Amino acid sequence: MSFQPVKFYQTGTFTVGNRLLPPEERSVQASAKRYNSINSGHRACQGCGEALGARYAIDAAMEAADGQIIAANATGCLEVFSTPYPETSWQIPWIHSLFGNTAAVATGVAAALKVKRQKGQGGDVRVVAQGGDGGTTDIGFGCLSGMFERNDDVLYICYDNGGYMNTGVQRSSATPPAARTATTMAVGPEPGNVFGQGKFVPAIAMAHDIPYVATATVADLRDLEAKVRRAMEIRGARYIHILVPCPLGWGTASHDTIRMARLAKETGIFPVFEAEHGEIKSVLTIRRPLPVEEYLRPQKRYAHLFGKNPAVETIAHIQALADRNIRKYRLEARQGSH
Amino acid sequence: MFQVRIHGRGGQGVVTAAEMLSVAAFDEGRHAQAFPSFGSERMGAPVVAFCRISDREIRLREPIMEPDAIIIQDPTLLHQVDVFAGLKQDGYILINTNKTFDQLGLGDMIRDWRQERLCTVPAMELALKHVGRPVPNVPLLGGFAAIAGVLKIESVIKAISERFSGKVAAGNIAAASEAYAIVIAEMEAARRKENQHA
Amino acid sequence: MLKQTEGSRAVAEAVALCRPEVICAYPISPQTHIVEALGEMVKDGSLAPCEFINVESEFAAMSVAIGASAAGARSYTATASQGLLYMAEAVYNASGLGLPIVMTVANRSIGAPINIWNDHSDALSQRDSGWLQLFAETNQEALDLHIQAFRLAEELSLPVMVCMDGFILTHAYERVDMPTQAQVDAYLPTYEPRQVLDPADPVSIGAMVGPEAFMEVRYLAHAKQLQALERIPAFAAEFRQIFGRDSGGLTHTYRTEDAETIIVAMGSVLGTIKDVVDEMREEGHRIGVLGITLFRPFPIARVREGLQGAKRVVVLEKSMAIGLGGILSTNVRMALSGLHMHGYTVIAGLGGRAITKKSLHGLFREAGQDALESVTFLDLDWNMVNKQLEREKAHRRSGPVAENLLRDVGVVAARNY
Ligand SMILES: Cc1ncc(C[n+]2csc(CCOP(=O)(O)OP(=O)(O)O)c2C)c(N)n1
Ligand code: SF4
Ligand SMILES: [Mg+2]
Repeated sequence: MSFQPVKFYQTGTFTVGNRLLPPEERSVQASAKRYNSINSGHRACQGCGEALGARYAIDAAMEAADGQIIAANATGCLEVFSTPYPETSWQIPWIHSLFGNTAAVATGVAAALKVKRQKGQGGDVRVVAQGGDGGTTDIGFGCLSGMFERNDDVLYICYDNGGYMNTGVQRSSATPPAARTATTMAVGPEPGNVFGQGKFVPAIAMAHDIPYVATATVADLRDLEAKVRRAMEIRGARYIHILVPCPLGWGTASHDTIRMARLAKETGIFPVFEAEHGEIKSVLTIRRPLPVEEYLRPQKRYAHLFGKNPAVETIAHIQALADRNIRKYRLEARQGSH
Repeated sequence: MFQVRIHGRGGQGVVTAAEMLSVAAFDEGRHAQAFPSFGSERMGAPVVAFCRISDREIRLREPIMEPDAIIIQDPTLLHQVDVFAGLKQDGYILINTNKTFDQLGLGDMIRDWRQERLCTVPAMELALKHVGRPVPNVPLLGGFAAIAGVLKIESVIKAISERFSGKVAAGNIAAASEAYAIVIAEMEAARRKENQHA
Repeated sequence: MLKQTEGSRAVAEAVALCRPEVICAYPISPQTHIVEALGEMVKDGSLAPCEFINVESEFAAMSVAIGASAAGARSYTATASQGLLYMAEAVYNASGLGLPIVMTVANRSIGAPINIWNDHSDALSQRDSGWLQLFAETNQEALDLHIQAFRLAEELSLPVMVCMDGFILTHAYERVDMPTQAQVDAYLPTYEPRQVLDPADPVSIGAMVGPEAFMEVRYLAHAKQLQALERIPAFAAEFRQIFGRDSGGLTHTYRTEDAETIIVAMGSVLGTIKDVVDEMREEGHRIGVLGITLFRPFPIARVREGLQGAKRVVVLEKSMAIGLGGILSTNVRMALSGLHMHGYTVIAGLGGRAITKKSLHGLFREAGQDALESVTFLDLDWNMVNKQLEREKAHRRSGPVAENLLRDVGVVAARNY
């Protein structure tokens, strides 16, 4: 058994910007020369997970592509808060067309670039499409699936905050069960969102057998960066689904965004993994799974579960879903391994 | 017709304040129209809401460009937004602050204003004290009932209890009532001072 | 019962009183508050039996409404702007099939550039879709028109769009008189479909029609709208009997007797116009208003009758036929063909630009002196426009128009209230 050298400096996932690490281990954001693809001054809420996720993801993509990125963006919070015309936060070429056609717009951009390359015009410019969960799992789903099926050379990033936040927090097909939204109010015999069958788009993306699918959260930003980097090494359709807590829609404190993302992972509510050609290649393991209650309780969208008469059954149901994720994706770290 | 413009930031209940003003006016049997500034602003961004109160049906649909009164929910806006734009000569100003107009840097602007029309109320503190949340909108409505004399404090209280219930309603009523008392006292003091000068 | 409430809430309550059986919707500003309220009523059981379906797109929303209506359910949805365009294929389909769906359109502009504010471009883009289109002037009228819309739709077996100005009405808190359930029940009989998918009596809905009959099917759609034109005044009269107020109908005139100048408009701007007309009347101007409630079918005869005594007609519209001028005004002109009078088109309030009393005073005075251009753009900033035109002349890569213009006005002016 070999000993690890003692490190007299702080390391680990909590210290994304650590400049004391060896250069190859540093986060993209640690570099003074980071791209700032989405610049400060945008109009997101304080503590917006989507803004954070986009910043890390796009900068990592930019770094991997040597600054040669064109981005397509669906209608939604990210689009609205980043482009309060005439100001724009985007330091990269960026197009917003509609809500439901982003994957197709990106496909078009990629096709044009391909033709240009064949004509010897323009270099190796890569395409990133991005949208919220609504723009991805609902209205843009048809176009997304088409893009996957054709294996178009696009990296699609979904920022999942579990609802249509831009229009005032309505339910999307990514809204978790029991969560209150403006269209699934906490009233009636089954308050909050329904327990449907769920629609976990990463798994559906995997079913297309595309070269790369990954999930990530804004709690593990180095992991997120690494996945974007990995995705950029691959050609064809790629999909990264990032869980991005939304203080407004979830009813959480702005300073709790990262904590909420971490709890989603540590309870098994949101499995974090990586898959190639439809097969899971790695997972972020959970050392000691936390009860879902720790994740649910701080969020106002679940407040109705915890009043005077706690909704024990509902909480147990959610716990069962998390437990199933842990089993299905083999999230629990086995004793002795790291 | 009496026209009020409310300035604040997204998340401070600016639109709710305008709506509640309109409900208070309705409860007095008057016509009222409240509407927001229709932006797509996020929490923290400057927002505006409007309220018209009249004894006749209100048909006008333009934004309020020449208000009779301005309520400022967030004094940090004073240096960011032209909040006083179009305010009628000797219109009413109510600011959520524990500073004076001079301390806010507004001394020059209001020199010749009728002093009893310039009021401040520490609405944020009142909200924290009575409701436990930093939402200044409702206490300011109490203050508003005191300044312009357009609405009775009883109507504001009624509107509060229609909007909220239980502890939140009680807290807001207490906060609004205290704000009302503070502003009444302020105006009295200003009037006395003006009389001395006269 | 009189109450002070938000326009969206009032409409939601009125729709609920109509006992809809299937509601499907996809959120888009400024429609959201309406369907949120309905969703809550269904969920807490106060609106029952009713299915509220959160669909994945507007295209799906209208498609679900089509299925539900064909299966005999009273169906309702709401949308605006991009959402209406997104469902366009299904919008035409619903009317082509003759399904009596009621839809609220919370009027909003159409991008690009993306803009969430009010004008009438969305609804008017569907003017030839075969839907009936009603425009509300106030929240009271919006509420009333929904009740009439279900009646109209089901009697005629045609879909009806109730248009209300986004934000200006949907988000305004004002006084409305909410009818009782008994009143609405007295006005609106239970839905008796003309066609229904029923295993007991199977029919095919939506079969292909070739050249041998397609023209006739289309003509019948037109004929049905003409029938609607005849019957709507009767529906409005009956509404008056039960609810005690005037709402709906074809057109409404205001101070048009002896008017030399008549302003024609639709929607909430009529209120502001009436205020200006009152003020100008006091100064001795002979001016009046013709408000259009029913845009489709277009009440040609009634409009002609209302305007023929005037010397000039000013059509003020929140829409635009790019490359031609106005949409509403083109329709009005058709009603006036052969009459000798001055006709002016005024495009105003696009994308939420405020239409102020001050601007209207100036405009109507100019019109009174026949000093208006035949097509006028109210409060257009010519400086901004010319600057861009010059930029385009000077540079091949002049850049995105919207960004250039907003840079020219500067950030501060771009923030409006
Ligand atoms: C066809 C169409 N329908 C509806 C809308 C209204 N709309 C704009 S953004 C949005 C919600 C966006 O939700 P999501 O994609 O999850 O992104 P988020 O704002 O939550 O980041 C909706 C419903 C639209 N712009 N276009
Ligand atoms: S609403 Fe949510 S997603 Fe949108 S900007 Fe605010 S925090 Fe971000
Ligand atoms: Mg979302």
